[in-house]
Amino acid sequence: MTVTRLVILTLVAILAAAPASAQVSDGVVKIGILNDQSSLYADLSGQGSVVAARMAAEDFGADKKGIKVEFVSADHQNKPDVGSQIARQWFDTDKVDVIVDVPNSGVALAVNQIAREKGKALLISGAATADLTGKACSPNTIHWAYDTWALANGTGNAIVKTGGDTWFFLTSDYAFGHALERDTEAVVIKAGGKVVGKVRHPLNTQDFSSFLLQAQASKAKIIGLANAGGDTTNAIKQGAEFGIVKGGQNFAGLLVFVTDVHALGLQAAQGLILTETFYWDQNDSTRAFAKRFAERDRGIHPTMVHAGVYGAVLHYLKAVEALKGDDGTKVIAKMKELPTDDPLFGKGSIRVDGRKIHPAYLFEVKKPSESKGPWDYYKLRATIPAEQAFRPLEAGDCPLVKK
Amino acid sequence: MTTQALFGQLLIGLINGAFYALLSLGLSVIFGLLNIINFAHGALYMMGAFVAYFLLQWAGLGYWWALLAAPLVVGLVGIGLERAMLRWLYQLDHLYGLLLTFGLALVIEGLFRNQFGSSGLPYGIPPQLVGTYNLGFMFLPVYRAWVVVFSLVVCLATWFVIERTRLGAYLRAATENPTLVQAFGINVPRMITLTYGFGVALAALAGVLAAPIYQVNPLMGANMIIVVFAVVVIGGMGSIMGSIVTGFALGIVEGFTKVFYPEASNTVIFVIMALVLLVRPAGLFGRTA
Amino acid sequence: MVTAAPGHQRLAFAVMLIVLIVAPFVVYPVFLMKALCFALFACAFNLLIGYVGLLSFGHAAFLGGAGYASAHAAKVWGLPPEVAIVVGTLVAALLGAVIGALTIRSRGIYFANITLAFAQMVYFFALQAKFTGGEDGIQAVPRGVLLGLLDLRRPYVIYFTVLAIFVFGFLIVHRAIHSPFGQVLKAIRENEPRAVSLGYRAEHYKLIAFVLSATLSGLAGATKALVFQLASLTDVHWTMSGEVVLMTLLGGLGTVFGPVVGAFILIGLENYLAQLGAWLTVVQGAIFVVCVLTFRRGVVGELGRWLGKPL
Repeated sequence: MTVTRLVILTLVAILAAAPASAQVSDGVVKIGILNDQSSLYADLSGQGSVVAARMAAEDFGADKKGIKVEFVSADHQNKPDVGSQIARQWFDTDKVDVIVDVPNSGVALAVNQIAREKGKALLISGAATADLTGKACSPNTIHWAYDTWALANGTGNAIVKTGGDTWFFLTSDYAFGHALERDTEAVVIKAGGKVVGKVRHPLNTQDFSSFLLQAQASKAKIIGLANAGGDTTNAIKQGAEFGIVKGGQNFAGLLVFVTDVHALGLQAAQGLILTETFYWDQNDSTRAFAKRFAERDRGIHPTMVHAGVYGAVLHYLKAVEALKGDDGTKVIAKMKELPTDDPLFGKGSIRVDGRKIHPAYLFEVKKPSESKGPWDYYKLRATIPAEQAFRPLEAGDCPLVKK
Repeated sequence: MTTQALFGQLLIGLINGAFYALLSLGLSVIFGLLNIINFAHGALYMMGAFVAYFLLQWAGLGYWWALLAAPLVVGLVGIGLERAMLRWLYQLDHLYGLLLTFGLALVIEGLFRNQFGSSGLPYGIPPQLVGTYNLGFMFLPVYRAWVVVFSLVVCLATWFVIERTRLGAYLRAATENPTLVQAFGINVPRMITLTYGFGVALAALAGVLAAPIYQVNPLMGANMIIVVFAVVVIGGMGSIMGSIVTGFALGIVEGFTKVFYPEASNTVIFVIMALVLLVRPAGLFGRTA
Repeated sequence: MVTAAPGHQRLAFAVMLIVLIVAPFVVYPVFLMKALCFALFACAFNLLIGYVGLLSFGHAAFLGGAGYASAHAAKVWGLPPEVAIVVGTLVAALLGAVIGALTIRSRGIYFANITLAFAQMVYFFALQAKFTGGEDGIQAVPRGVLLGLLDLRRPYVIYFTVLAIFVFGFLIVHRAIHSPFGQVLKAIRENEPRAVSLGYRAEHYKLIAFVLSATLSGLAGATKALVFQLASLTDVHWTMSGEVVLMTLLGGLGTVFGPVVGAFILIGLENYLAQLGAWLTVVQGAIFVVCVLTFRRGVVGELGRWLGKPL
C-alpha cells in the first residue's frame, strides 16, 4: 500500500541520516580531536589543535615507522551531552583509540568517565579543571598543558613575590570562577599577600563598569580576574576605558591565552599579568614550530593548548611504538613510564596521577610601543620550575596515588 | 558602601540604561509599527559593530564615519531581508515572524562565527573621546558620557518623529488600517519596508556605539537579545516611550542590583518581566494584545 | 468516549514501531536513544503548540529541570532508575503547574515571553545551585538496574527501555488528543470566546494541557539524563527551547508523527554536521527560515497533505 511504503521510506531515510559505523582494521592508530570549533574556545583550540596533532604525527615520522595514523575531529559545542555522545560513538563504533584536547571542564569530565569505562586513552590539553588529576583522576587520562592549580599558583605566587600584595577579585559566579578565586586566594595569603575585596558577577556579563568602580575604590594593587573567555576580555577592555592600569593597578588574568590578548589588542591589554606554560617566542624551536603552525592555521600563532596537543600526540605515538599496540590503558601506563621530550616543552615527565610536569611562566603583556609586530605580546616576568608549578602529588585526593 | 560610591554606581546604571534604551528602540519601532517580532535584532546589532570594524580595517574610516555608514549599510541589509522574506508573513500569525527572524539570527551569527572566530576583534575608543572626567565621586570615562547623551538624543528624536510628526502619523495609521491608508494614495508597502530598515539601522547604530567598549564579537548579539526583548516586553510592545523609559529604569535597577546582590544582576530583569506581565499582561505602557 | 485513531494512522504507528524495534541492530543505539528522548520532548511540546496554539519559549526548563532531579536522585540518593525517572517527571510536573498557573492567562507573543522569563530564572537557579554542579553539571550518573531485573548498562536493554518510555509518552499524547478533552482543546484553539460561552472553562483546560506537556517533557529529560549519565546546563538554556520549536516546526505542527520525524532529522543533522563546527547553527537557522517561508506544514504535514490523509 502506498501509505505504508511512503512512511517506511521516510523513516528509513531518516535512519540513514545517522552515521554508519566505519570499519577500521587493526594497525591503525585513530586519533580523535574533540574540541570547540565554533564558539568561546574555538580560537585557543579548535582547528589549530587538529593542525598541531597532524604536525606531531608528521614529526614523529609515523609513515617511515610503518605506523598508520588517522585523524577525526568534531565540535562538542561546549555541551557535555554532545561531547559525551561523540566520545561514545568514536570509541564504540568508529574505532577511535585516543581522544585529544577537550577544552571545557564539564565536557572533559564527562569524556574522562567514558574513556575509563571503555579502557581507551584520553589526552587533555584544553580543559582547566585540576580535578582531572585529583578526585576524578583515571588510569586512562593524562592532563597536559595547564590546570587551574598551576595557574592560580603561578600567577598568585609570582605576583605577590614581585610586589603585587593586595588583591581584589572579580569572579565569575559559577563553580569554575569560585574554584579559581578560592585557589588563588589561598596562594596569595600563603605568599604573604592580602585580599582586600571581591565581587561576583554573573556569567556572560557585558558591562563591568560597576564592578570596576568597586575594584578601583578598593585601591588593591592587583585586580584578579577569576573568570574566562568573553568575561575576561570585556573586563580588561573596559578596565582600559576606566583607566585602571593608568591609575596604577594591574590586572591579573587567571585564565588568559595569547589568542585573547590578540583579540584585545595591546592598547587594551597592556600590563596584564598571566601564567602560561608555553609561548611561541621563547626559543628557536618554539619559534620554528610557530612558523610552521601559522602557515597551516590562518596565521594564528599556537597557544599552550595547541602546544599541549602536539606534545601529547608526539609522546603518545612514542609509547605506541614502544608498546607495539594501542590498548588505551596500557599506552597511558607506558606514557607515564617514558620521560617526555619535545621541542615545545623540553624535557619533562608524567606523574602517576596523570599530570604532565613542565615549567610554567609568568608573563606580562607588552605596551604597544614595546611590540615589534603582531603576536609579539609577552615579556617574561618569572619562571616557575616544574617541581613547583603543579599541585603536589599528595594534595590531590587522587585514588591512584598510594599514600 | 558610601553615598559617594553609590552615586557612581547610579550614574553607571543610567549610562547602561541609555544603551539599553537605544538598543530596544529599534525593536520597539519594528514591533510597534509593523507587528513583527524581530529576533534578528541582536545579530543586526552585531553586524553594525562589525561594519564599524571593517570600515576601520579596510578603509581607514574611523568611528564618526561608522556612525553614519554602518546604520546605512545594515539598514539596506534589513530592507533586503524584509523584501525577500518578511513580507510574505504579514497575513500570518505573528509567531511565524518570530520564528523566521530567529532562524535569520542563527544564520547570520553562524556565518560570522565561521569567518571570524569567537574571541572578538579589537576596536578602540575614538581619540576625541578618550580620557576620563574627574567627577569627584568617580572617574567617568568621556566615552560613556558621550553614549548617554547620544542615546538620549536619538531616542527622543525617534519618539518625536513617530508620535508627533505627520510621517509618524502615516506610519501609525498604515499599521492600523493599511487598505484605507493606501486608498489615500500612500505607498504602504514601501513605508513598511523603510520602517523595518530604520529599526534595523537603529540596531546597527547601537552596535557602533558598543564596539569601543564591548569586544566586537559574533556572539555579542546573542548575549544582548534576551535582555532587549525583556525591556521591550516590560515597556509594552508597541510603545516607543515605554521601551525608552524601561531601558533607563532597567539600567538603574541593574546598577543597584550590582551593588547589593551582584550575582543576580542578570536575572533581575526576568523577575521584573514576570512580575510586570502578571499584573499588566500588555506591559507597562502597552496597548492590549 | 475515546475516538479511535483513523486506520492509516494506526498503520503508520505500527510501521514506526517496527522500524524502531529493528533500528538498534543497524544504527548506533546511543544516537537512537537521544533521538527518542527528543522525539518525546517534541511530542510533548507539540501538544501545547499544535493543539492548544500556545508557543512556549521556555520548555527547556522542564526538560533540564527533570534531568537534574533524576540525575541527583540516581547519583546522590542512590535511587533505582525507575524511581529516579519518576522523581524527575514529578519535578517537571510541579514546575509546570507553578509556571502554568502564572502564565496561562497570557496569549501569543506575551505567552512566549513570559515562559521565556521563567525558563531563564530556572536556568540561573541551575547555574547557581550547588547540587547542579554549575557548568560541569551532574556527571557520572549511574544507570542502575531497572525494577531489580534489567541491567541498564547493557546497550540493548537500555534501548528498549527508552523505546518503551517513548511509546508510553507518545500514546498518552495521542490519547489526550483523541479524547473529549482533546476536542475541547481544539474548540478553544479555534474560537475561545465561543467555547467559553458554551460553558467550558478555557483556562482550566489550557492549564491541564500545559501541565501535561511539561510532565511529558520532564519524562523525556529524566530519561535522557540516565541515558547520557549526565545533566547539564545545555538542557535548561533558552537555545534548547528554540531547538524543540525547530524540531516540531520541521516535522509538522499539530501532526501526530511530525515531532518524531522532526526530532530524528534534527538529531541526525547534528550528528552529521558535528565535524563542520559552526555550520550547524547556520544550517539550523536556514531550516527555520525555509520552513517558515515555504514549508510551514513540515515534513509530515506535507506528506499528509500529499497523501490526502492527516498524519
